[in-house]
Amino acid sequence: MTTAPLTARALPRTAENSLLADAGTGTRVEFRGIVKDYGATRVLHGLDLDIAPGEFVSLLGPSGCGKTTALRVLAGLEHAHAGAVLLGGTDVSAVPTNRRDIGMVFQSYSLFPHLRVVDNTAFGLLRRKVARAEARRRALDALALVGLDHLADRFPHQLSGGQQQRVALARALVTEPRVLLLDEPLSALDAKVRVQLRDEIRRIQLRLGITTVFVTHDQEEALAVSDRIAVMQAGRIEQIGTPEELYRSPATPGVAAFVGLSSLVPGVADGATVTVWGQSLPIGGDAVTGDVEVFIRPENVRLVSAGGVEAIVQESTFLGSFRRTLVRTLDGAMVRVQHAASERVEYDDRVRIAIDPVPVSVRPRA
Amino acid sequence: MNRLAPSRAVRWIIAIVVGAFFAIPMLSTLLYTFRDGDGFSLVHWAALLDPAKTAAYAPIWAGLGNSLVLAAVTVVLVLVLLAPTMILVHLRFPRMRSAFESLVLLPISIPAIVLVVGLAPIYQQIGRALGTGAWTLAFAYGITVLPFAYRAIQASIDAVDIRTLSEAARSLGAGWGTVVLRVIAPNLRSGLLAASLISVAVVLGEFTIASLLNRQVFQTALVVVKNSDAYAASVFTLLALAFAFALLIVIGLAGRARTGKDRS
Amino acid sequence: MTTLTTEGELSRERPSAPDGTEHPAPPRRGASRVAAWLGLAPFAAYIVAFLALPTGLALASGFVDSAGALTFDNLAALGDPVILATFGNSAWLSLLTAVLGAVTGALVCYALLGVPETGTVRTAVDAAAGVFAQFGGVMLAFAFIATIGLKGVVTQLLLAAGIDIFAGGPWIYELPGLILPYVFFQIPLMVITFMPALSGLKPQWAEANLTLGGTRASFWLRIGIPVLAPSFLACTLLLFANAFSSYATAAALASQGSQIVPLQIRTALTSETVLGRENLAGALALGMIVVVGVVMWLYTLIQRQAARWQR
Repeated sequence: MTTAPLTARALPRTAENSLLADAGTGTRVEFRGIVKDYGATRVLHGLDLDIAPGEFVSLLGPSGCGKTTALRVLAGLEHAHAGAVLLGGTDVSAVPTNRRDIGMVFQSYSLFPHLRVVDNTAFGLLRRKVARAEARRRALDALALVGLDHLADRFPHQLSGGQQQRVALARALVTEPRVLLLDEPLSALDAKVRVQLRDEIRRIQLRLGITTVFVTHDQEEALAVSDRIAVMQAGRIEQIGTPEELYRSPATPGVAAFVGLSSLVPGVADGATVTVWGQSLPIGGDAVTGDVEVFIRPENVRLVSAGGVEAIVQESTFLGSFRRTLVRTLDGAMVRVQHAASERVEYDDRVRIAIDPVPVSVRPRA
Repeated sequence: MNRLAPSRAVRWIIAIVVGAFFAIPMLSTLLYTFRDGDGFSLVHWAALLDPAKTAAYAPIWAGLGNSLVLAAVTVVLVLVLLAPTMILVHLRFPRMRSAFESLVLLPISIPAIVLVVGLAPIYQQIGRALGTGAWTLAFAYGITVLPFAYRAIQASIDAVDIRTLSEAARSLGAGWGTVVLRVIAPNLRSGLLAASLISVAVVLGEFTIASLLNRQVFQTALVVVKNSDAYAASVFTLLALAFAFALLIVIGLAGRARTGKDRS
Repeated sequence: MTTLTTEGELSRERPSAPDGTEHPAPPRRGASRVAAWLGLAPFAAYIVAFLALPTGLALASGFVDSAGALTFDNLAALGDPVILATFGNSAWLSLLTAVLGAVTGALVCYALLGVPETGTVRTAVDAAAGVFAQFGGVMLAFAFIATIGLKGVVTQLLLAAGIDIFAGGPWIYELPGLILPYVFFQIPLMVITFMPALSGLKPQWAEANLTLGGTRASFWLRIGIPVLAPSFLACTLLLFANAFSSYATAAALASQGSQIVPLQIRTALTSETVLGRENLAGALALGMIVVVGVVMWLYTLIQRQAARWQR
C-alpha cells in the first residue's frame, strides 16, 4: 500500500546563517528497479522508490533486509546490476560518488582524525575549490547549526560520540548537497543521546528542506522523525507510508510484527472480519478465511470489569505515564495490554481484557 | 576487499620487484651450494652425511646441539618465569601493566652488544659457579626474547578473560596451582606456543652474546666453519632459514586457526 | 614457580556467621597482597640480575680505569676523531638503510592491503618477514657473500657479462658492503611494524572522502598520508635504532675492522687497550645507549600520538 508523495516544502530564508540563507527546496530521488547481488545472494529485488523533494524517508527493517545496500547504491558506493538511480530527474547511475553531490553520515565515526573539527567540516568545500577563508566561515555556520561551533578547534578524539556524529552531520550538510544520506547514524550512541540527536537531525532537515534518506533498524526512531517509512524485508519494500498509516494499518504481518509491540493471538476469520474470543473485529487488508493469527496492539486492549475474556497477569511494568502488562488467557495466548498507570495489577491477579474494535492485521496459522 | 588497496597490476609490480630483491640472494646461495669446480652437483649437500667429513662439521653439530639445549632452557624460562608473572600482573596489578610493558620492551632499547659488555664480568662469576657450559647463556637469552615472548603471550591474555575464568575456578574451590595450570594455561595455549616457538627461532639465530662471551653456539659455529668450508656454511644457512620459516608458518597457521574458531 | 597467594585462602572466605560476627578482614587481604608482591620477586630478581646489572656495569665501566678508579678519560675518548667517525658511520648507515627499508617496506604493506588477511600469501609473507627481520644476522651475511661476494654467483655472472663490480676494491667487506644486507632485514622489520598502522586506515574515511567530493589521489594526499605520517616516522626511527644496534651481520662480513660502533665495541672487548685506554667498551656502550635510547624514546612518543588518532 503506498500513498502519494508529499508536496515540496518552501523554506524560510534568513540571513543569520549562510547555510540557512541558501536553503533550497530539495531534490527528487528515485530508485527504479534496483537489483543487487552479493555473489549468489540477491540482496535487492528490483527496488522502486520515489522520494519527493524535501521529504524525509526512512528505510526500516531488520539486519540483512537490504536497506543499507540500497542507501549505498544511491550514494554510488555500490553498483547495482540492474536498474537506475535518479537525482532531480537525471540518471546518475554512472556518475561516480564524488560527483553525485550528496552528503552522507556513516554509522561509525568517519571524521578524519588528523583534522580539527572545523577543518573536517570544511573538507567538502575545499574539494569544491572554495577559498579557505570562505570555507572556514561556512563550516563555522554549519557547526553553529548543530550547536558545536565552540568546539571548532578540537580534534575528533576529544569529542563524545554524539558530538562526533553532529560534526559528521555538519560536514555532510555544509556543501548543500542535493540529498542527505544517513546510514544508521545513531546506532552506536547512548539511548538518551540518540533521542536528542534524532530530533535535532529532523529539526535541521526541516529548516533546510533537504531530501533525506535515513536507514535504521529501530522502529521508534523511524516513527519519530520520518515523513514516510519504507519497511523492508529480504530485499523488498513490504510497505511504504506515513508513520500513522504503518502503525494503524500494517499491510503485511511482517510490517505489523516490526512496527509496534503487537501480540499474536488465535482467531477465526471469515472474509472481512475475524472472531477473537467471541469478539468480532474488522480485518485491515485482504479478506481471509479460516484459522488465523491476529496482531493486536497493546493500546487497543483494555482491562474491563465485565465482559471480555479472562486472563492471568504474568508481569506488569511501570513505564511512567502508563503501564504495560503481559497477561495470559486461559487458552494460553500471551497478550500485552497498555493501560493507565493508576490501574495497578500484580503477578497472578485475575483480570478481564477486551479488544477495541479497530481493524487488525491477520496471517494464516501455520 | 579493502577499498584502499592498490590495483592488481600495482600489487604484482611491487611483489615482483621486491620479491626479486629477496629471492636473488637466496637463490644465489642455493646455486652457490651446487657449485662443483666449474659445473654443478650436489656434492656439498651429500657431504653433510659423509662420515669422512664429520670432523670438519663437528663444530656445527656441537654448536647446533648447544643451541637446541639453550632454546629448551630459554623456553622453560619463558614458560615458568615470564608467563606466570604476566598472569600475576594481569590479575593482581593491572595498573602496573604499562610499566611492565615498558620494562619488557627495554631489551629493544638496550642492544645486545651493549648488554654483553656488562654480561662479561657476570658470566665470569657464573663460569666459576656453574661451569662454562653454553647452557648458562640461556639466562641472557631469556632477556633477549622478552619483547617477542611478551607480545605473543599478552595477545593471548587480552583475548581470553582470565580474570573471570580464575574467579569462576576459585569460586568452585580450586587452589591457585590448579587455576594457573588447569584453567588459565590451557586457554593461553596459542600464545604460549607462539612465545615458545619465537624464542626457539631467536635463540637459534643469536650470535652477538655467544660470540663475545666465547661460547659455541650454532651461529658462531657457522662463522668458524665458513673459514674452512664456505659451502657447508651456506648449506647450513639455507637449512636453518628454512627451518625458521617453517616455525613461523606454524605460528601463523595456529594464529589463523584461532581467529577462525572465534568467528564461528 | 611463582604462587599468587597463600593456599587455603578460599577456606577462610566463608560468609560471616548469621549472628553478624565479622571476620577480621584487613590481615587476610594484607596477607594475600604480600604474597602477590612476593610472586613478582623471582621475575624482578631475574631482571635485576640479567638486565639492570649488566647494563649498569656496562655503563659504569666507562667511568673507571684499569685500576678501578673513577676517571673521565674513557668518556673523553668518545671525542676522538676516530671514534666520532665511527659514530658518524653508524649514523649514516643506519639512516640510509632505515629510509630505504621504510619506503620499500611501506610499499610492500600497501600491496599487502589487497591480500586477504588470513590467506596463504599473507601468512607466508609474515613468516618470511619474521625470519629475515629477527633471525638473519650471520646467515644474511653469508647469503650476500654467496651472492655478491668476491666469488659470489651474481659477481661471476656480471664478470661473464664483462662487468667487474669489485674493480674499485673489495667494498663488500667494508662499510658500503653492509648496506644491502642491512636493507635486507630492514624491509621485513618495516613490514612487521608498519602493517598494523596501514590496516588501521578506516575504509569509512575513504568513503567519506568520496561523498565529500574527493578522489583516490586526494584521499592519499590529504587523509591517508597525513594520518599515517606519525606511524611511518616512528617505524623509521625503529629501523634506525635496529640498524644502529646491529652487530652480527657486520661481524660476519668484516672479521676485522671497526668502522661502526658495534664493531668498535668488539675491538675494545677483545683487545686490552684501544687508543691507549682501557674500558673504552663501556664508554662506547654509553654512547650507543644514549643514541638508541633517545631514538626509542622519540619512537614511543610518536606512537602514543598516533594511537590517539587511531581510536
